[in-house]
Amino acid sequence: MVQLSCTDIQLNFGGVRALSGVSFEVRQGEIFAIIGPNGAGKSSMLNCISGVYQPQVGKITFEGADISGLPPDQRAKMGIARSFQNIALFKGMTVIDNLLIGRHLHQNAGLLQGGLYFGPAQREEIQNREFVEEIIEFLSIQSIRKKVVGTLPYGYQKRVELARALALEPKILLLDEPMAGMNLEEKEDMSRFIIDTNEERGITVIMIEHDMGVVMDLSHSLCVLDFGRKIADGTPEQVQQNPNVIKAYLGEEHQ
Amino acid sequence: MTIDLDETTLPKLLKSNAEKFGSHKTALREKKLGIWNSYSWQDYFESVRLFSLGLTALGLAKEDKVVIIGNNRPTSLYAEIATQAAGGVSVGLYQDATPRELAQVLRQFDVRIVVAEDQEQVDKVLEIIGHGSSLIAVIYCDPRGMRNYRHEGLASYQSVLQMGRDLGEREPALFDRMVAQGKGDDIAIISTTSGATGPPKGTLLSHRNMLSMARSLNEVEVKRESDEFVSFLPLAWFGEQMMSLASALSVGFTVNFPEKPDTVLADLREIGPQIMFSPPRVWETIAATVQVKIMETTPFKRFMYTTFMGVGQKIATLKLGGRPVPFFWRLLNGVAYLCLFRALLDRLGLSRVRSALTGGSALGADVFTFFHAIGINLKQVYGLTEISGVACIHRDGDVRGDTVGLPLPGTEIRISATGEILARSAGAFRGYYQDDAATAAAFDEGWLRTGDAGSIDADGHLTVIDRTGDVMALSDGSAFAPQFAENKLKFSPYIKEAMVVGHARPFLTALICIDGRVVGKWAGDNKLNYTTFSNLATRAEVSDLLGKELAAVNLSLPETAKISRYALLYKELDADDEELTRTGKMRRAVVGERYSEIIEAMYAGQETVPIDTAIELPDGKSARIQTTVLIRTLG
Repeated sequence: MVQLSCTDIQLNFGGVRALSGVSFEVRQGEIFAIIGPNGAGKSSMLNCISGVYQPQVGKITFEGADISGLPPDQRAKMGIARSFQNIALFKGMTVIDNLLIGRHLHQNAGLLQGGLYFGPAQREEIQNREFVEEIIEFLSIQSIRKKVVGTLPYGYQKRVELARALALEPKILLLDEPMAGMNLEEKEDMSRFIIDTNEERGITVIMIEHDMGVVMDLSHSLCVLDFGRKIADGTPEQVQQNPNVIKAYLGEEHQ
Repeated sequence: MTIDLDETTLPKLLKSNAEKFGSHKTALREKKLGIWNSYSWQDYFESVRLFSLGLTALGLAKEDKVVIIGNNRPTSLYAEIATQAAGGVSVGLYQDATPRELAQVLRQFDVRIVVAEDQEQVDKVLEIIGHGSSLIAVIYCDPRGMRNYRHEGLASYQSVLQMGRDLGEREPALFDRMVAQGKGDDIAIISTTSGATGPPKGTLLSHRNMLSMARSLNEVEVKRESDEFVSFLPLAWFGEQMMSLASALSVGFTVNFPEKPDTVLADLREIGPQIMFSPPRVWETIAATVQVKIMETTPFKRFMYTTFMGVGQKIATLKLGGRPVPFFWRLLNGVAYLCLFRALLDRLGLSRVRSALTGGSALGADVFTFFHAIGINLKQVYGLTEISGVACIHRDGDVRGDTVGLPLPGTEIRISATGEILARSAGAFRGYYQDDAATAAAFDEGWLRTGDAGSIDADGHLTVIDRTGDVMALSDGSAFAPQFAENKLKFSPYIKEAMVVGHARPFLTALICIDGRVVGKWAGDNKLNYTTFSNLATRAEVSDLLGKELAAVNLSLPETAKISRYALLYKELDADDEELTRTGKMRRAVVGERYSEIIEAMYAGQETVPIDTAIELPDGKSARIQTTVLIRTLG
C-alpha cells in the first residue's frame, strides 16, 4: 500500500534547478533509499517531503492526503519525522531533555498545569518519560542519558538524533545520511537499529545514504537521482544493473 | 548463620530465606529503563520455582548440565538455582566467549540446555550446533531481535516459565520434592578454571564446598543482611559466584544489577555498596582512572591531590608495615579526608565500602597502598577455584601489602618441600569433570596443590611468590618472581600489561603493552600525531616516555633484578587472541611464544625489529601491520 507519493516535483532556487520532474512512491513498511552523487538533490527532496522547502511544481501525498502546502509542524503531527545530516539537537541540553522535547507534539498539558506540575501534567510527564526510556533502551544509550549533547562524540550524537526522531512516534522516518562519519562497527549498530525500527516498530524509512553496501543490504527499493532528475528506481538488484546508474554513480570496472 | 552442611543446598537456602524474609526484604534489584526495580525474596523464590519446573518440563534430568551465558541479570541467578533445584549442574561461561570456546564447552560437558541472555549469545550457539549435539533446548531471556528465529529447541524465557506454571499445576508437590532431595555433597556448579596455564578444566564444586567457604569467609569478613552489593563482574568468574550466590544466600544481603556494562560506574555510585570483591584488574583500572583524571584537571586540584595523597600514602605505608601511626599524622589524615578522600570516594562510588576484597591473582603493592591511602580497607584474598575461591585472607588491622594474609578458619596451609603452597579445607573441590588423572595430580596426600610458590612468615602470613612454573632463576642463581616487577610496572597509568622475561638469561627484559587511551592523551597533549595503536606504540617519543616509567620502577628493584632492555608491543594483548584469560590474566606461555621474535632480538642486542604481520581488530576486520618495534636499553 502506497504511503507516500511524490509526483513531478520541481524545485528551483533562483536559476538553479535542484529537482526536475522527480516522481516516486514509497510503500508502507518498507525501507526506501534515495541515492546519487553529491549535489543530486537528495537532501532537497527530503526537505520537500518534510516541508522545509516548497516545490514550485508537483504534489506530495501522504496516506492519501495532499500535504503539498502544509508547513513542517503540521506534517510532523501527521507522523512524518526526520533526522538531520548535521545534527539538529539542542547542544546545551541533556540527551533525555532532547528526547522529551521530541514528545512535544504528544503533550497536552497547558501552562498552568505544567507550571504547577500536578495531576494530568504529572501523569503525562511520567508516560512520556517511560516512552523515551524505552527508546533509550532500544538504541542502547543508557550510559549517556544525563550527558549534555554537545559533549558527546559524533557517533553518539547521531544515535540521539535518531532517538529524537523516534520520540515523535512517527509513521514514516526520513533519515539524512544516518551512517555519515561512522566506522564499520558503528555502521553495523546503526544498520541494526534501522532494521529493528522498520521491522519491530513497523515504521517506514526513507533514507539518503552513500555507503552502497548498507543501501543494497538494507533497502527494499530505492531511487537514484542525478543532477536533480530521477535516473532509475526499483529493487537494489535492478538498480545495480541499470547502465545509467552505473555510469553516473556506481562506477564501471576498467579492464 | 547455622547451616547443616550435609543437608543444605543453594535452592534449600533460597527457600528458607523466602520463608524468613517473604516480601518484606529486597533480595535483588535490577535497573531497567532508568529506574531500579526491586524483587523480594519471595519473588526470587517464585521465579526460581517456575523456571526450575520449566527446565524439568523440557526434560532436564538429574546431573544434566546447563550452560548459562550472558551479562549480569537476575535471570542468570534464577537459571542457576533453578538448574540445581531440578537436580542439574550449572556451567557459567564468560559473555565474550567465542563460538569456538562455546563449542568446546558444549562438547566437553555434554551440555543439555543453554540459557542465553540475548540474540548475540543465541547466534553463537546456533553457529556451532552440529549433528549429534547433546542440546535439547536453547532458552533466550531477551526477546529483542528474536522474532524471525525458527529453530527446533529454541524457547523464550517466558515460555519456559509458562511450562513451569503448567507443570506446577499438574504436580503441585513436585518442586518441593526435588528441592528436598538435594544434598550438600551434590555438585552445584562446574567452573571452568581460568586456564592461565593450558586449556580449561571443569572444576566440580558441591553445595558444601561453596557454602562452607561462604560461612568461613563471613566469620572473618562479616557481612550483614542490610548490606548492598553490586554485581558487575562476569558470573562465570568464581569470585562473583561466591558473592552473588553463596554469600548473598547465606547472609541475606541485597544484590544489585546495573543497567548495562557501560553504566556500571554510575550505577555503583547510585547504590553505594558496602561490599566489593573484584579481581586486580578492576582495582588497577580505578587507580589508573584516578591518576589520569588528576593529570587532566586544574592545577589547584592537582596540588590538593598530590599534597593529601602524600599524607594518605605515608599513613598507609605505616599501617601496612604494621607500625603505629603517630597522632599528628592521624590528625593530618582527618584533614586529608575532609579535603580530598571524601570527595574522591564519592566520585568512585566507594563512600560506603566497608569490606573491599581483591582476589583471583596478585595485586601490586602500589595499587594496594593507593587504596589504603584513600581510605579503603582493601584486603587480599588468596585462593583458587579448586578450593571454592578462598584459602587465605587478611584480617582487620593486620593487612600487609606484600602478603595474602592468614588462612580462613577451617583451612590449613603448608609449604611443600619444593616450595609449593598446599591447602586443605572443606572447600576443596570434588574433582575435575571426567578427568581422574588430573584430579589425582591436583592432590598431594590429601592436600590440594595450588601450583603457586610461597612462604609463610613468623606471623603466619602467607606470601605468594608466583606460579611455581614462572619463578625465574636470575644470573646469580637467586629466585625472582616476574609478577613482582610486572605489578610494579602496571601501576603506571601508561602501562596496561607487562611481561618480564629473564629465566636463565643474562639479564632481564620487559615487553610492554601500553594503555592506548592514556598514552594517546599524552601524545595529544604533547602535539604528537599518531594514527592507530600500532603507530602510537612504535613511536620513538612514546618509547622514551615508557623508558622513564621503567627507570623509575628499576629504582625499587633489587640490583640483580633490574630490567635492562624493553620493547613496546605493537598491538594490545587480547583475550580473543588467547593472550589473556577472560579475567585479564596474562598467558605467559602464549605471549612469550607469539612475540618470541622481539624477545630474541632484545637479547641479541638489536635496536629494532621489523614487523610485517596480520592482526584482527576489535571490530572484526583484519589489518596488516607493517612497522618497526624499537628496543631500548636502560642505563
